Amino acid sequence: MSDKLLAVKDLKIGATVYPPGEKPHDIEIVHGVSFELEKGKVLGLIGESGAGKSTIGLASMAYGRGGVKITGGEVWVNGRDILQTGLGDIRALRGGEVTYVSQSAAASFNPAKQIMEQVTEAAILQGKFSRKESEARAIELFRKLGLPDPENIGSRYPHQVSGGQLQRCMTALALCPEPDLVVFDEPTTALDVTTQIDVLMAIKEAIRDTGVAALYITHDLAVVAQVSDDILVLKMGDMVEYGPVDQIINNPQEEYTQALVSVRSISHEEKEPTSEPVLTVQNITARYKGTNFDVLKNINVELHPGQTLAVVGESGSGKSTLARVITGLLPQTVGRVNFAGRDLSPDLPGRDMEDLRELQMIYQMADVAMNPRQTVGTIIGRPLELYFGLKGEAKHKRIVELLDEIEMGVEFIDRYPAELSGGQKQRVCIARALAAKPKLIICDEVTSALDPLVADGILKLLLDLQKVEDVAYLFITHDLATVKAIADSIAVMYQGEVVRYGGKTDVLSPPFDDYTDLLLSSVPEMKLGWLEEVIANRKMESAGN
Amino acid sequence: MRIPIAALVGLIFTFAYFFVAIFAPWIAPYGMAEVVSRDVWLPPSSEFLLGTDNLGRDLLSRMIYGGRTTIFIATAATILSFSTGSILGFLAAVLGGWADQAMSRFVDLIMSIPSLIFALVVLSVMPVTVPVLILVMGLLDSTRVYRLARAVAVDINVMDYVEAAKLRGEGRTWIIFREILPNALSPLVAEMGLRFIFMVLFVSTLSFLGLGVQPPEADWGGIVKENADGIVYGIGAALYPAVAIATLAISVNLVADWVLNRTTSLKGGRG
Repeated sequence: MSDKLLAVKDLKIGATVYPPGEKPHDIEIVHGVSFELEKGKVLGLIGESGAGKSTIGLASMAYGRGGVKITGGEVWVNGRDILQTGLGDIRALRGGEVTYVSQSAAASFNPAKQIMEQVTEAAILQGKFSRKESEARAIELFRKLGLPDPENIGSRYPHQVSGGQLQRCMTALALCPEPDLVVFDEPTTALDVTTQIDVLMAIKEAIRDTGVAALYITHDLAVVAQVSDDILVLKMGDMVEYGPVDQIINNPQEEYTQALVSVRSISHEEKEPTSEPVLTVQNITARYKGTNFDVLKNINVELHPGQTLAVVGESGSGKSTLARVITGLLPQTVGRVNFAGRDLSPDLPGRDMEDLRELQMIYQMADVAMNPRQTVGTIIGRPLELYFGLKGEAKHKRIVELLDEIEMGVEFIDRYPAELSGGQKQRVCIARALAAKPKLIICDEVTSALDPLVADGILKLLLDLQKVEDVAYLFITHDLATVKAIADSIAVMYQGEVVRYGGKTDVLSPPFDDYTDLLLSSVPEMKLGWLEEVIANRKMESAGN
Repeated sequence: MRIPIAALVGLIFTFAYFFVAIFAPWIAPYGMAEVVSRDVWLPPSSEFLLGTDNLGRDLLSRMIYGGRTTIFIATAATILSFSTGSILGFLAAVLGGWADQAMSRFVDLIMSIPSLIFALVVLSVMPVTVPVLILVMGLLDSTRVYRLARAVAVDINVMDYVEAAKLRGEGRTWIIFREILPNALSPLVAEMGLRFIFMVLFVSTLSFLGLGVQPPEADWGGIVKENADGIVYGIGAALYPAVAIATLAISVNLVADWVLNRTTSLKGGRG
């Protein structure tokens, strides 16, 4: 009935929810979404978590994950409604006509089988190619995707290649059976920025060369702008805006799309360093027990009261290890940490209550940073009890004050972490840190697990609180946009060393060293044609290769 | 809140057994060791609901008193094994290092000897009294609880909220009882049901072998032993305690299953 490759009409998807203390009931999570995709085109599905992007992506393979049911609408692939065809036909469809690339390649590959076996499996099972043909095809794809040693990489096991390479292997896996449509579900989200652009480029070229159509699911508008022809913006299972990429990026009509495009509205003026730093890290070198490799090499940084030092780097650069040394979880082998005018004992047991109180920490994953069996009141109240001996009414009053500071009401006091949203959880963690009246808070990737708009709110809150409480932040992140938004000074880390350090304006102005240049240029920009420009201009290969 | 049928049946039976055990002296029609008839192994009648046993005692009364003994010993031994096993297990997980190694290897050593044989050896050199029985059974079984508690706690110990507690300056007591214990509770409670059943079987086995509860004190394993000869003559007196042991085991299992299901479902750990 349609000459389009994929036509989704008024798709409705439902799921059963199990709210605490209530009867399980069905809700609708996707409310009538329609779109079309021609051969060789790429459609970007974009939205925040819970928007229904992945659910819609999987529905185009007639699949509902974990209790999710497709309750209405039509999904036409190659001229037939796949929601109506039998199981045998769907089996031929999945892994044959339509294939899928998931977010975490590391979790999706079978660790006990060689990559080649897994890449060719679907093509052979579907009877599209013989084993020999599939393997030749796989090697060709490995070459196209820019993997090193394409002839032999297939004989490796998944743990023997890097994350970025594995993600490209997964793309090869999806392309091997010569599908008509590939569903990419956040394929670069788990990767470092400098690795991300390589994978992105590889995917883009592979799509172009093979003429396959693709659904590209992501929460990052700048990324989707690089690879898509059309964009569909989703919010809570509703279509917000649907149009060509150029129009969505440069001339968004809906308010929600405009907010997504212009995210990171925060700006923060760099403050001049004051006389006495609150934290001085001197010549720190550290290694993990039982290894002979220094994870940190001769680190020197300073942080002034009421200011923010951003430590930027990719995974494995040692930025979280620096936090572990400062907090005393990993004693350094050389060097000293001076905090508020006194030298801190390298290990945790050697520090007194005052040291611990004045140095607080906020974690990346708020849901595992809070005990799931404690209420918000207990979580925020415990530091008050422990450090200031507050009890009863006085404690309650202070908890309410803190809740107020993080812009949450008193009604949250008896809730459990599971009953909070991601942003609220992170706010509670901030309140717990503030309860101790610290001089320094170490923020370890505190916004990287959050949606952009929510993350923005958290950053704003942190900046406001800094003004009120005069607390210093050591802000660990891989996200340069965040750094630009909140830092006073910046330390760029690469392979355990600080390669660039200074005030924000200095660090972010040329001339750059090669690594900082690579890092800065790899941050996706909301601009068409950005990807090609970066690849053409860069001076150094990314660490993931 | 709806209770599934299976769990309801389990709850009713478990409750009934515990009720009878607690109020045995008021429920039992005759005394525990009271010889009520000259005839042994009388069939069930209105006078003796389950008939009489090998010495002409009322079998129902012996069953009721026997249940009391069996359930009391099993409960006490379970409590002992859980308090020792889980606290030592948590401690090993939190301390780590050589303390963990020392405790874990000692437990391995004990577990490498079959517990029934270990118990038989210990009980043959010690006076067989109820406290000794509880102590031997509880401590032997605590090795299994230790293993589970340690495994669960090691997982919890690396969570960020435990690290946060350490950075906050919390002592070990807080970390064990406030951070780890509440999160380890659901697997432990489910295990508790299973360990309790194991204890019932263990004490019954010991009594059957003559090294458990000593006559004339009644217990289910002992009643099986006393009446086992009757089976040759087609007398089913030994089957009653066997059925009681089986139904108790199944009921407690059903309850434990339900508890585990309820506490680990999608309720954000509010259970």
